[in-house]
Amino acid sequence: MTSYLPLIIGMMLVTYLPRLLPWIVLSERPLHPLVRRFLLYIPYTALGALIVRGVMEAPTGMTAATLAGIGVSAVCSWFKGGLVLSVAAAIIAVLLVIS
Amino acid sequence: MKQQSRGANAGLVAALPIVIGYFPVAMAFGLLAKTVNISLWDTCLFSLVVFAGASQFMALDLIKAGIAAGDIILATFLLNLRHLMMSASLAVRCENVKRGWLPFIAFGITDETFSVASLQNGKLSARFLLTLQVLAYAAWVSGTLAGYLVGAALPVAVQSSLGIGLYAMFTAILVPEIKRSANVLYLAAMSGTVYVISDTFQLLPAGWALIISIITASVAGLFILKDDTKEDAM
Repeated sequence: MTSYLPLIIGMMLVTYLPRLLPWIVLSERPLHPLVRRFLLYIPYTALGALIVRGVMEAPTGMTAATLAGIGVSAVCSWFKGGLVLSVAAAIIAVLLVIS
Repeated sequence: MKQQSRGANAGLVAALPIVIGYFPVAMAFGLLAKTVNISLWDTCLFSLVVFAGASQFMALDLIKAGIAAGDIILATFLLNLRHLMMSASLAVRCENVKRGWLPFIAFGITDETFSVASLQNGKLSARFLLTLQVLAYAAWVSGTLAGYLVGAALPVAVQSSLGIGLYAMFTAILVPEIKRSANVLYLAAMSGTVYVISDTFQLLPAGWALIISIITASVAGLFILKDDTKEDAM
């Protein structure tokens, strides 16, 4: 088996630094508004691309089930909200579709 | 800390939904890591030191696709830039936190601990945050271990369904934001479209499609969308 230590250390650094930085430079001057907006947009563009990617790269035969799971989660979180409920409902929906 | 500030008990209660949500998704991670042929130790190390669900799953996918470590780290960095905003918004709401605790609190900032903590009223105490985070972390790490060790013993249908948990979670995070602001929908849709186009026509080296989609759509958003991010809205 390959050792993934260098990858893990690298990922740890690029994950930890953005989490840590704001706590150290609390009273730093505010970000430029455009930079701020760019950063604010990233979660949404990241999620959009990740979800689409999840569907496109679904294992063979799992595309319909993946779409069903995402659909159920979307409906559930739109009307009821709540991460746990939506995730649980999606997993159950996928189970029903593939079994 | 004279008045109400929330302590360990409140942290415990607030952590429950996260623990319930994390465990199966972490199991899916452990299980998938095993199928990608990563050792038990490395798998646990991922969850122990990276502690970032989306990034860890993305890493597995990219490893499977044969992407170089450097590109995976760059993708992780871009994906995790969002924590900069989250940490910044929590940091200003914490009072009287000893500096020695800050590195630990910072480590425990995830989409889920952030969402739960930022929904609390008033100032946040270190005790509250750390309780919340330690429990979430414990669920994440133990779920990973459980998934690696016993995940394969689960019925195949259950195994295949655990993995959907992550996309369901992404969706469940995104949809309430879409409800709040149509801009979120436009951003996610633009980014998804760029991804589909670049993936379909093989425009970019594998691994870059995600990064380019995120950057292109975010920059396009700066020009196309009306700024609705005033103050604490997002």
